[in-house]
Amino acid sequence: MKRFWIGVLILVAVCLAGFAAYAWKPAIDPIEPPQRASFDRALIEKGAVLASVGNCTACHTKPGGKSFAGGLAVPTPFGTIYSTNITPGPKTGIGRWSEAAFSRAMREGVERDGDHLYPAFPFDHFTLVSDDDNKALYAYLMTRRPVESRRPANDLPFPLNLRLVLAGWKLLFFDKGAYHEDAAQSAEWNRGAYLVEGLGHCGACHTPRNALGAERKGVHLKGGEAEGWDAFALDASSSAPIPWTHDSLFAYLRQGWHADHGVANGPMAEVTGNLGRLPDSDIRAIATYLISRMGEPTPERAAAAEDIRKKLSIDQGGTPIPASAATGSPTSRGGAIYQAACATCHDGSRPQPFGGIDFHLSSTIAARDPQNAINVVLFGLPAASGRESPIMPGFAVTLTDDQVADLLGYLREAFARKPAWADAKAKTADTRSGKYRVSVRPSDGIERSPDNVGAKD
Amino acid sequence: MVKLNVNGTSHDVDVDPATPLLYVLRNDLKLNGAKFGCGLGQCGACTVMVDGKAVFSCLTPAMLVEGREIKTVEGLGTIDDPGPMQKAFIEQQAAQCGYCIAGMMMRAQALLEAKPDAADADIRQALEPNLCRCGTHMRILRAVARARDLMQGKSAGNMAPAAATGRG
Repeated sequence: MKRFWIGVLILVAVCLAGFAAYAWKPAIDPIEPPQRASFDRALIEKGAVLASVGNCTACHTKPGGKSFAGGLAVPTPFGTIYSTNITPGPKTGIGRWSEAAFSRAMREGVERDGDHLYPAFPFDHFTLVSDDDNKALYAYLMTRRPVESRRPANDLPFPLNLRLVLAGWKLLFFDKGAYHEDAAQSAEWNRGAYLVEGLGHCGACHTPRNALGAERKGVHLKGGEAEGWDAFALDASSSAPIPWTHDSLFAYLRQGWHADHGVANGPMAEVTGNLGRLPDSDIRAIATYLISRMGEPTPERAAAAEDIRKKLSIDQGGTPIPASAATGSPTSRGGAIYQAACATCHDGSRPQPFGGIDFHLSSTIAARDPQNAINVVLFGLPAASGRESPIMPGFAVTLTDDQVADLLGYLREAFARKPAWADAKAKTADTRSGKYRVSVRPSDGIERSPDNVGAKD
Repeated sequence: MVKLNVNGTSHDVDVDPATPLLYVLRNDLKLNGAKFGCGLGQCGACTVMVDGKAVFSCLTPAMLVEGREIKTVEGLGTIDDPGPMQKAFIEQQAAQCGYCIAGMMMRAQALLEAKPDAADADIRQALEPNLCRCGTHMRILRAVARARDLMQGKSAGNMAPAAATGRG
């Protein structure tokens, strides 16, 4: 028996030693901050485009703060993480990081000093980024204006505040790798897959996460959550009433809206804002890959879409009255609110993007969850600074929780022909009180107007 | 019939409950301070306060504000006895054509009631939904900063109209 226990002890010790060896990462020596002139101009320009694919600025810039200086509070289900300073500031930024240290952070999620990084930094995607692209990103970031700014300490409970725990997380969920081409697919498809799955990290928002915050396998791109918004499914379960096509997705990503789908809002607005830097060919590649993941729409979906098109071509301006709209019913009260407060824009003659979307077309109204509809009704779509942009006023002051629920119930039944969301009122209350936190951003995203980012940051 | 409480007075108004509050204020109650600009909630000329917060009255059906406290620019003071917000706008000569001014004042008033020590950056951000086609935004911002100081009991005359921000 004694032998048995000694055996167990040895086994435990070996496991611990093995984990320690896995978890321990050496520091990479600091370097003298490199001179701007040591980077090739073309490489810096390539890095600028790549940084916008990665949407680096969105997390690494605090609204109103200096670009890439970090300090943005990123709410997670586990606590608040503050983004790091990735300017070349030598003391508080990455000015003393070598290219090897930068590449390791991208590839493995490890700081220069050997600490593990939290997966709020999507290294589980960035691990696919090629060495050449990391080189360009490094050149771009190291030639930004250096800022010295120390971020606030993360607010995480024990034991999540111990970075060693992250090694365990990686052991369970992280596959280190490079992108492997799928030889059965076209070069364009592969380019799209590389951008979407790697630097673009679309799955970070559009894939559901498990209890430990890792993207769940097997439900890739089936719809997730970001900053209080639902990130809709990018596979066959997409809620778009008119199924996405290559053309419509290309146009949406290129210009930030499409007549069949509406305007990008919430965190997606900064994504489409950032994609403005990409050449058409890359946007086309992204569309090619994502459309292949969505697959051909079912005959039922295609027929429903055809119905909607027919309806909109003859019946422009009519307000649908669902069967449940008896006088005094919630649907009837909601319909009255729609007609009085919403229809001016959403049932008007002004075309998108400056006019409102006809709700027959809205993925938000057809979605499983009322959250995005609640966010838009309460907070609207704020104006962007200094340029024309679609805007919508918020109705948080005018509408009570009951009235929001009535309105959403009406929109569901009348336009999506689905039953009202059961949890709309409770979710409205939590969203209004701030118990459920939502970031509200203008339609053109953070990149072009970082001092104009919405009220709820 | 809709029951509205405007500037502390209760009114029974005989209108369709879906009528925009702006129309009721102007056509039925003859309170012409709030203006019709775009009718789409995109310019701010119609801004009034409901329960202390700024709303676009052109997009607010009367039925949604029954029994709530509505305040218009007429509720901030009178010609003979202007309130601090109005006084500041006059002092700073913030109006050019004046069409947007009532909306500007109401949004600014809502901000200062919620945040009496609002910083200049807060004022700028809060007024973002309100447009001025004459381009007197700089004076408007100064006027609101002046109103903030007046409301906090700071004495008048310590800044010349154009010197406050150094810009015209």
